[in-house]
Amino acid sequence: MSANQNLGFTPDEMMTIAASRALKSDDVCFVGIGAPSAACNVARLTHAPDITLIYESGTIGTAPDVLPLSIGDGELSDTALTTVAVPEMFRYWLQGGRVSIGFLGAAQLDKFGNINTTVIGDYAHPKTRLPGGGGAPEIATSSGEVYITMKQSLRGMVDRIDFYTSFGHGDGGDHRKRLGIDTKGPTLLITDLAVWRPDPQTKEFTVTSLHPGVSREDVQKNCGWKVRFADTLETTTEPTALELKTLRDLQARTKAAHEGGAKSGKAA
Amino acid sequence: MAKFQSLTEAVAQNLSDGDRASFEGFTHLIPTAAAHEAIRQGRKGLTLIRMTPDLIYDQMIGMGLATKLIFSYAGNPGVGLLRRVRDAVENGWPHALEIEEHSHAAMANAYEAGAAGLPCAVFRGYRGAELAKVNPNIKFIECPFTGEPLAAVPAIRPDVTFIHAQKADRKGNVLIEGIVGVQKEAVLAAKRAVITVEEVVDSFDDLHPNLTVLPHWTIASIAVVPGGAHPSYASGYYGRDNASYLAWDEIAADRDRFLEWMDRNVIKSTPAEFASRVTGLRVAA
Repeated sequence: MSANQNLGFTPDEMMTIAASRALKSDDVCFVGIGAPSAACNVARLTHAPDITLIYESGTIGTAPDVLPLSIGDGELSDTALTTVAVPEMFRYWLQGGRVSIGFLGAAQLDKFGNINTTVIGDYAHPKTRLPGGGGAPEIATSSGEVYITMKQSLRGMVDRIDFYTSFGHGDGGDHRKRLGIDTKGPTLLITDLAVWRPDPQTKEFTVTSLHPGVSREDVQKNCGWKVRFADTLETTTEPTALELKTLRDLQARTKAAHEGGAKSGKAA
Repeated sequence: MAKFQSLTEAVAQNLSDGDRASFEGFTHLIPTAAAHEAIRQGRKGLTLIRMTPDLIYDQMIGMGLATKLIFSYAGNPGVGLLRRVRDAVENGWPHALEIEEHSHAAMANAYEAGAAGLPCAVFRGYRGAELAKVNPNIKFIECPFTGEPLAAVPAIRPDVTFIHAQKADRKGNVLIEGIVGVQKEAVLAAKRAVITVEEVVDSFDDLHPNLTVLPHWTIASIAVVPGGAHPSYASGYYGRDNASYLAWDEIAADRDRFLEWMDRNVIKSTPAEFASRVTGLRVAA
């Protein structure tokens, strides 16, 4: 958004910081690959120092100094309270109900928080073969609740997703309950333009807060479904100097480590 | 009983055309050297099994070794898509590839069931997930005690599992530490296990009793290949070569460039080359 260029922060930074604010120190957060990782670590480095971050590679209570390129970087186990095997991670910790927040990204998302990371086009003859679900199908249903973060685009936020990789609220309403899923599902969506929460009845994502400098038209122009806005629409609080510095320092350390390659190998 | 062998012998004796083969590693300790040896030996018709097929399966599939892939996340971790896997799935190059797709929870449970000698794994999963509609190996059963519907998938029982580990002792017992992924389960689920290691030490007498150690009698063959997990990492030995993962995205984007890279770095290379690939990545002892 060009409107944000004079604000001293980018839409991406606003997204990551807004997402980080949703996390609390007593959360146990299963961190999905990609965008969620930065938000979770900014939370840990600012207002939520005691948050437990879990990555699907088995690392529990990890505190990486640089963002991992993959979900299994050595940095994660080097700084973790403990590292368990992957079957244990999914059986005892996720399926066992120990995770309060599942934090996911999405390639394709619909208004009920259903996520596609599998294929664009037909499954048997895909136009684009995406990586697949990984841990997400069970993170989406076994975590206490689910937060989603992604950049808005017409390709990404669509009226109908091509494949239901990870179940959100299905067709809306009580669809989860009807399938016997007793966790809350998606309760928060943070994009580069706005904060969204599901309508209590229909479960359709509704914009509750616009980021500074963003208009309703900006949100609609970058979303493939007809956007609903809350009656009382808030403006997201601007990033604080500390939040911005924390995020930028983290990204600078990360960039140096990944480009260097050699520097990423810390002794255990 | 574990035999200490060259990697060339270990692969030749344990991997046959048509095998169901698992080269496991969850970002850490990926058995790259073993995969490259399989490519050099020109195996065909493999069913490749792995939770996170990354660069090595991109390479094996691009070189035409596999007719089927069983997986749960086919990406270049943190970078993007696997372009050779995509080319096989979308365009049938170099030939068609059948896929059987799962979630991580399903595959982790399926390996565990394989290790436990069970015919299938039962877990709470795939609820509302469309994979259950396109993969006939995902079924639902009812808990006989509570009536809860639960997902079931067949146990994974590879003909052969390849993993990379930090060290073996002289008897052939093997230690894995750090992110251990699903390797112990993948070894115990397989008919045969081949393990490449960074080094051999005299004994494991001073190890903490709760570390992940695979007894020598669960292993068919051990080959010492320092650096054999490059460009992934071996905790305590060398770091992850993130730059190589980023570079792979470009190499794999083009068929000719891919083939040229494979010829130079795999076909005309040897397991001994791996040590030099990690010299700049070594961690201080």
